[in-house]
Amino acid sequence: MKKQIANWGNYPAMEADEESFVFEEQLDALVDKDVSFITRGNGRCYGDASLSERTISTLKFDKILSFDTENGVFECQSGITLDQVLNVIVPKGWFLPVTPGTKFITIGGALASDVHGKNHHVDGSISNHVVEFDLVLASKEQLTCSKENHPDLFEATLGGMGLTGVISRVKLRLKKIETAFIRQKQIKAANLQELIGLFEEYKDYTYSVAWIDCLKKGEHFGRSILMLGEHAKLDEIPPDQRPDALKLPAKKQITFPINMPSWVLNSLTVKSFNFLYYAKNFKKEINNIVSYEPFFYPLDAILHWNRLYGKSGFVQYQFVLPLSEKKGLIEILNRIADEGLGSFLAVLKVFGNQESMISFPKEGYTLALDFPVRKGLLEFLDELDEFVLKYDGRLYMSKDARMKPALLEAGYPGLKQFKSIIKKYNPGNKIRSVQSDRLLLTADS
Amino acid sequence: METVLVLGATSDIGIAIAKKFASEKYNIQLAARKPELLGPLQSDIQIRYNVECSVYAFDALIFHSHSMFFETLSPKPETTICIFGTMDDEEDAFNNWSLTQRMIDTNYTGAVSILNIAARSYLKNKKGTIIGISSVAGDRGRASKMIYGSSKAAFNAYLAGLRNKCFKDNVHVMTVKPGFVYTRMTENMELPALLTSTPAYLADVVYNGFARKKNVIYIKWFWRYIMLIIKSIPEFQFKKMKL
Ligand SMILES: Cc1cc2nc3c(=O)[nH]c(=O)nc-3n(C[C@H](O)[C@H](O)[C@H](O)COP(=O)(O)OP(=O)(O)OC[C@H]3O[C@@H](n4cnc5c(N)ncnc54)[C@H](O)[C@@H]3O)c2cc1C
Ligand SMILES: NC(=O)c1ccc[n+]([C@@H]2O[C@H](COP(=O)([O-])OP(=O)(O)OC[C@H]3O[C@@H](n4cnc5c(N)ncnc54)[C@H](OP(=O)(O)O)[C@@H]3O)[C@@H](O)[C@H]2O)c1
Repeated sequence: MKKQIANWGNYPAMEADEESFVFEEQLDALVDKDVSFITRGNGRCYGDASLSERTISTLKFDKILSFDTENGVFECQSGITLDQVLNVIVPKGWFLPVTPGTKFITIGGALASDVHGKNHHVDGSISNHVVEFDLVLASKEQLTCSKENHPDLFEATLGGMGLTGVISRVKLRLKKIETAFIRQKQIKAANLQELIGLFEEYKDYTYSVAWIDCLKKGEHFGRSILMLGEHAKLDEIPPDQRPDALKLPAKKQITFPINMPSWVLNSLTVKSFNFLYYAKNFKKEINNIVSYEPFFYPLDAILHWNRLYGKSGFVQYQFVLPLSEKKGLIEILNRIADEGLGSFLAVLKVFGNQESMISFPKEGYTLALDFPVRKGLLEFLDELDEFVLKYDGRLYMSKDARMKPALLEAGYPGLKQFKSIIKKYNPGNKIRSVQSDRLLLTADS
Repeated sequence: METVLVLGATSDIGIAIAKKFASEKYNIQLAARKPELLGPLQSDIQIRYNVECSVYAFDALIFHSHSMFFETLSPKPETTICIFGTMDDEEDAFNNWSLTQRMIDTNYTGAVSILNIAARSYLKNKKGTIIGISSVAGDRGRASKMIYGSSKAAFNAYLAGLRNKCFKDNVHVMTVKPGFVYTRMTENMELPALLTSTPAYLADVVYNGFARKKNVIYIKWFWRYIMLIIKSIPEFQFKKMKL
């Protein structure tokens, strides 16, 4: 049955057939049909990566298969969301080894985008913690992939945007925690120079990320708040909390029912940033203990906050530039401030070293910010692409809805090898998305 | 901890109901004609909810196997939930007796066969609950759901009779009449969002009805009034309508 679908940015939107499965044999039958498809998780990528005229949804394929609470090894079907995983593992003293800024993504989506978290510089991306997974190929054949078994498919699937096959079963190594709390430190930086110095100074912190106010120019260019965190040890939390140290935080959620005009969002984010920044009780530095939810998932408390961007949707632009290219970072931020098209907040993070075939992270600075879709935006983003190209950067496919194939090719040296693996395991491009066609990864030739 | 038997555990509604009762700390027995599919659901329930969960083979159409099936359940479930059912294309069924018979035998005969057995055991112990997932389609016969609707109408009458029969012996029977539910059965149908529930929502309502010992529940609740209106249309008018 056709229905209207779009991912988190609500751009682009399209009509699609969505089919789902509960059992593996149903998946085989769906893959066997003679119509091309893309696998879809929870639609939390921003652009067109999990869009296609036919999508196979994994959301009903969400069972937990085993959980070794001694050694922290967790095995599940790919459609389970991180939210559900946390509900089971946190009370037993374990945490996700890597988590993106939302818990509403599936494990399959986490692998297909090879997601990174605030701890990339310490723990790498999720691929570092995958023991093995099962992959159902376009031919229906099922292979178990790990660093040892089918290493080519293992690598090409992690970050491969669903193009190698359907990830069906995943086995992950978890991270041990003593409490469900985070020992948080927030530091104000007056400008970008100071922020970069702080990142360097605090690089031993497991979690770090900064919010930058993109509107400030001159002396205050890059005004920002750096947020650092460590999983709190039992003796670091208040004594009265200790008996319930691993208790899940209470669920409070607000839903945004309707699309808002986009100015609402900008004035809201600016207000909240300024509030944080100028609030009297916000000293240069704050140290406190918070639950993991607000630390990792500040926006998840507002379900469907994407609707704040209005009907036409938005694009998230996320790039990474090598550490040596601070100049590029400054140029891009300046360009964005001049144009005034973007949201006023950008998220900055430092990636540690990572070499992979098709994953996004590589050592450097990564910056993400949202742009409401409006006239002139696409041209402007093309212009930003020029900077990214010039400074040897790359864009994140999971956020992308518009880049040109040439930028992908320049940014990802492993692309050639990736393409040849797709050719081998996905001949005839049975598995294809709007994005993969646009980026000529599955173009007919 | 009490145990709940879920008959038809491979269905979307069955899965949702099993999870809901497990989350309320009931041990779960999953029964289906393809038990080999139920390993993942079994581990999921055990790990997520910390309850016991076992798997049994059960085919509603093999009537003579039912007493043996109930016999082997260990422990005996305090609650039996009958969820299985089939809905074939009505025109196909009208033209093909074997399809008609299969719908009747699954939705009515098979259900009566297994629930008689469960009810006898409950009456003996003077304790137990039976829940039957029927359908609003059983409330009034109409062309587009002629066979399916009549099998559910028969099931409704059976459940009402059983409720009456068992009441004095402390055995409770609840009839569940869903309107539309998003499941495999309806995946290719265009359903009005307002009138349609998700299996998880249905499971919550079934659990609440069970906890409050309700007799007949509609899901969503306003289906009760929709069906009241539909039932009130005089037959001479109803027969001319396209429904
Ligand atoms: C608020 C917010 C914050 C975010 N923060 C971060 C962040 O900090 N770091 C980060 O890395 N990402 C981040 N993301 C992006 C998000 O983590 C990824 O886009 C993720 O892949 C989404 O997963 P999903 O389950 O929603 O999959 P979808 O969005 O449906 O699909 C994403 C891709 O995965 C593929 N896929 C999904 N399931 C499977 C499967 N079973 N087998 C094969 N392929 C599959 C799809 O084909 C598609 O290419 C964020 C997104 C949001 C909305
Ligand atoms: N979906 C709706 O809109 C809706 C509305 C009102 C009422 N209902 C009722 O809800 C119940 C569940 O249906 P559903 O929507 O979840 O659809 P479903 O997924 O098609 O479920 C039907 C279930 O019945 C099982 N079944 C069929 N024949 C069987 C047999 N001979 N022996 C044992 N099990 C058998 C099926 O098992 P297999 O997996 O082995 O096929 C399947 O688990 C049905 O009674 C249906 O009539 C549904």
